[in-house]
Amino acid sequence: MNIFVLLKQTFDTEEKIVIENGKISDDGVKYVMNPYDEYAVEEALLQRDQHGGKITVVGVGPDRTAEALRTALAMGADEAVLINHDGAEADEYTISRLLAAYLGQQSYDLILGGNFSVDSGGGQVAVRVARLLDIPHTSSITKLTINGQQAMVQRDAEGDTETLEVALPAVFTAQQGLNEPRYPSLPGIMKAKKKPFQQLASSELGLNGSDTEAKTTRVSLSLPPQRQAGRILQGDYAQQAVELVHLLRTEAKLI
Amino acid sequence: MGKTYVVVAEVRGGSLRQVTLEALQAVSIAKEDGDVTTAVLIGSQITPLAAELANVVDGQVYSIDHPELEVYNPEAYLNVMKQVFEHVAPDVVVLGHTALGRDLAPALAAHLGAGQISDVTAIDKQDGDVLFTRPLYAGKAFEQKRFNGGPQVVTIRPNNVEPAAAVSSPAEIIELDYAPSGSLRSIVKDIVRKTSGKVDLTEAKIVVSGGRGVKSAEGFKPLEELADVLHGAVGASRAACDAGYCDYSMQIGQTGKVVTPEIYIACGISGAIQHLAGMSQSRVIIAINKDPEAPIFKVADYGIVGDLFEVVPLLTQEFRKVLV
Repeated sequence: MNIFVLLKQTFDTEEKIVIENGKISDDGVKYVMNPYDEYAVEEALLQRDQHGGKITVVGVGPDRTAEALRTALAMGADEAVLINHDGAEADEYTISRLLAAYLGQQSYDLILGGNFSVDSGGGQVAVRVARLLDIPHTSSITKLTINGQQAMVQRDAEGDTETLEVALPAVFTAQQGLNEPRYPSLPGIMKAKKKPFQQLASSELGLNGSDTEAKTTRVSLSLPPQRQAGRILQGDYAQQAVELVHLLRTEAKLI
Repeated sequence: MGKTYVVVAEVRGGSLRQVTLEALQAVSIAKEDGDVTTAVLIGSQITPLAAELANVVDGQVYSIDHPELEVYNPEAYLNVMKQVFEHVAPDVVVLGHTALGRDLAPALAAHLGAGQISDVTAIDKQDGDVLFTRPLYAGKAFEQKRFNGGPQVVTIRPNNVEPAAAVSSPAEIIELDYAPSGSLRSIVKDIVRKTSGKVDLTEAKIVVSGGRGVKSAEGFKPLEELADVLHGAVGASRAACDAGYCDYSMQIGQTGKVVTPEIYIACGISGAIQHLAGMSQSRVIIAINKDPEAPIFKVADYGIVGDLFEVVPLLTQEFRKVLV
């Protein structure tokens, strides 16, 4: 089975966001594999263990994206492909066109990705890729069972659990609960250094600049208004409960 | 020629979702004179809902009613939308940023070769440009985006835009026949609904959330009782989910759901930066925590330093008194 995993590199979720000269500063920021993509990599490993085959992780971005791809190799993926593209101007249209152009030249049974990325949070790329490749997709899956060319998936839809039967090849995006991602082992990290790692330029994918021109542009950035610490209520618990409900009625006017 | 806005309406539990009205309001903010609004309603036995929808749309309502469309299926719904696009060429397609919208919007965007701006919390017009505000890093920052051209796809986050008001003359309703393709590559076999009658977390006006301090799955009980009295929903921090006290579908934070309710009640939640990202845009934040140094108190409008197992039942009692 040929498995591809779509990977994105994101800020560590512990990072504070600092805006400098109209841009988000990445000074001293720790980058990680997008947490949702970890579930996708783990699921690829579990499926390969069960059904055999090969896992290729694919990412689009600047050179540093290689770190996230190497993490996936250290977890146990077989090969990595980095499509070099400066992320500054790219939007989800751009990224999905690049990924679909690459995948269109490959033979695939299963494509996995994260449900969304914890930085831009658009949640578009994997589903767009499925459409561009004209294969079915199910997003936000919490269970995957493959039997021949048929997959049974469970999907989280706002707390409801939907069960779907999907013909492969297909795209699935991983939701929390799908599995428990493993940590890269030391031998895994050593082995990863010797695994095939391909770098591609978008020109090598048969696309020219206008094919991947972003359809959206950021015009400004801001930080949310800072919240002020409010009032700590006093008295015994019963008095505090009465006061809180009173404040919600009179001050906040929400009850 | 004016632009054509297409709003994909959403049905849940036999009613139109509030976010559909919010999406219609978003359109009326973006719209110029001469632009047209078309709403699309897809489902099963939706005739009464089509009439209801027509009251808040000043253009047309396309209604596609078929038993096979009762539940959302990405391929079937995409096929329906392709059929609608044969009748109306969309300049802008607007959906709710819901389970359905998040899934269908990028499929429509790819089909149309369109740009998409997801999870929009505000819409402004500036020098003839429409600007869309949306969160980055789950709300640690916000960006304003615009489209470089058309067509365009937008998803609107629930609870951030006022719902649309009734129009003076209801929209014309156009019923389209659904032709089942018979060759769908994905089939919905089964849906297990979460406890019926509960309010959805992302649309809830009041969220009662539990963290590690709830101590067990059982510990969510008092939170559920409080949420019930307030007609709210129950959420959780990652710590509570990781500890196995609750399902990940309840998780609020940077890896999880982002909520913007009117009242957020954080019980036994310390307030890690990832959690704050997912809830700090709530209108009023109430924190209940034993530790007076917990970071959650730095963002809370009202704080109660104390044991949630003592405080929450007293609050429930008090709300019950004033809400009757």
